[in-house]
Amino acid sequence: MNKNLILYAAILVFGVLAPFIFPAFKVQLSILCVLIVLALTWNIQGGEMGYNTFGNILFYGLGMYLCASVQVGMFFPLAEWTESGGEKTFVHTPAQFFQGMAVGLVVAAVVPTIVAGLIGYAILGLRGHYFAICTLGLGVAAGEISGGIEIIGAGQGFTTPPFPDVGGLEARGEFFYLLSFGALVLTFIAVRAIYSTRFKLILNAIRDNEDKAEAMGIQTMKYKIIGWMISAFFCGLAGGIMGGLVGYIDSTDVAFDGREMGVFMVLMAILGGKGTLWGPVIGATVFHIFKEGFWTFFLGWQYVALGVLIVVIVIYFPEGIMGWLREKFPERFGETIDEADRKAQVELK
Amino acid sequence: MDFMVFQYPMISVQACLDGILLGILFALIAYGMALQWGVMNIINIAQGDLVILGGYIAYFMYLYGIHPAWGVIVAPIIMYFVGVGLYKLVINKVVDRDLFISILATFGISILFMQLMNFAFGADVVLANSGYGTTFLFDSAVVLPNSKIFSAFISILFAICLVIYMKKSKLGRAIRATAQNARAAKILGVDTEKVYAATFGINAALCGVAGALISITFTIHPYMGLPYTIRSFMIVIVAGLGNLPGVALSGMGLGVFEEFADYILGTEFRIGAVFLLLVLILVYRRFKLSRKREYLK
Repeated sequence: MNKNLILYAAILVFGVLAPFIFPAFKVQLSILCVLIVLALTWNIQGGEMGYNTFGNILFYGLGMYLCASVQVGMFFPLAEWTESGGEKTFVHTPAQFFQGMAVGLVVAAVVPTIVAGLIGYAILGLRGHYFAICTLGLGVAAGEISGGIEIIGAGQGFTTPPFPDVGGLEARGEFFYLLSFGALVLTFIAVRAIYSTRFKLILNAIRDNEDKAEAMGIQTMKYKIIGWMISAFFCGLAGGIMGGLVGYIDSTDVAFDGREMGVFMVLMAILGGKGTLWGPVIGATVFHIFKEGFWTFFLGWQYVALGVLIVVIVIYFPEGIMGWLREKFPERFGETIDEADRKAQVELK
Repeated sequence: MDFMVFQYPMISVQACLDGILLGILFALIAYGMALQWGVMNIINIAQGDLVILGGYIAYFMYLYGIHPAWGVIVAPIIMYFVGVGLYKLVINKVVDRDLFISILATFGISILFMQLMNFAFGADVVLANSGYGTTFLFDSAVVLPNSKIFSAFISILFAICLVIYMKKSKLGRAIRATAQNARAAKILGVDTEKVYAATFGINAALCGVAGALISITFTIHPYMGLPYTIRSFMIVIVAGLGNLPGVALSGMGLGVFEEFADYILGTEFRIGAVFLLLVLILVYRRFKLSRKREYLK
């Protein structure tokens, strides 16, 4: 326990100081934080609950649009803003910007949670691949429909309010980094807290055998919906931050980007090892480093690499890094190995 | 919102006929999906990308001066080998595993195909002009391009040929036996590995035919694959596995729905309406099944 506390403190200190140590990578580090948040929230469904969703992108995109809309709509008419480059006519003062951002992030987190609660009863009743395809459809439908709504920019996109003139580009990077790192810390603490309660055991019971869990008297639907709402809360928050960070929202390429973000979160959690606390964090970090390297040096071939990567990870590496480590060093995970049994298994092979 | 379609009955007739002709094409793709789902128990997200690839084969024949209708014969032959190759490389490793693994792996293939097609053929929306002219019905109130009628006719022809092939030929019987019980088929001497490869190849060939027809009648674009996958998935779950008339009917129903959605909601919401319909169908199905489960209690 004591050792863990030192580890967490070291990570926290390093996290806060990171943008000052590596000033050139501030934006990358912020994106990394958002990716880790997404991987952690996907893991609640895909890893612990056994419900492989492609639809968490819905909450992410929703949060992105909501945060930007609230930030604009609190002070200026939204329709005029999106009509034709409103950000040139209306300028947020610093106070307005930060106020709008704060309220926007709250809305961006709360509304997706409510949406998840409302649609949860209908959607989470589906099992297995029906659930996967249904959520895939949900994400794409949201992207297509939001691409047709005029007030949030329709097909031409939505420019989020530009960062006010306090300290220039440096301050912008630090602000968004600290915001996304804060979201990451919040998510990690929340996820860690719920994983240490009975809630996690219930989720695992649902994953292992839902019918038996129900027969044991667990109201599975209730816990599934609560799990999804927790995911939606942090996905929405991450989306709101990402919208401000990117500065431009497009319905299918940025917000409801099932082809990128929607797959990334699944891939990161699987790469790190689903069903573990640290797996998504490690997976997201490895994936982000790989992705940035590839995006820089093989520009244009990134989706080819992504497709190959998905196939390779899914087929040859479904247990992920944590699963591999667990098999290599079981003692570290608190598992005791019967030497005689292990020898017998080797002989069998 | 635009309710022109109800004020002028002839537009409804137009939408229905368009939808039915389009739906027959969807049904052909869905038939391939039902085949592989039933036999191999995998869901292929790359189905739509195979369709688009078939379309590009016909388009390239058109570019080199060959009439694109010949693509209906060339595309399935090429696509059969693409399908078998895909099976040998990737699909054979996911057949016996969790369905989600197959969904995610084929999703990866889908992204890969999308991007490779984007490199090879460019990101423009293209169509192969067949030069078949148009038919006018009811005093020119209803306009039907002959290419649509041609494509529906060819789809029906291929579907009938395939049904007969599955009933009569040795491979067809082996495929049906594997679908019923893979283990028993293996014991009785069916090489299931070969059957799986052939099934995936036939599915890809069907996609090739449908793609060639789509490139003649509509337009193709490297990123347009996923909606075709979703449509065929939807048709299969509405009709049920192994219910051929059901597949044809629900395909046509989906086509008509899409045309009406196009008229009423506007073209920009067309794909959104398809995906939303999928969600609604699945949710309806979930409540229907849960009622059945309550009876059992």
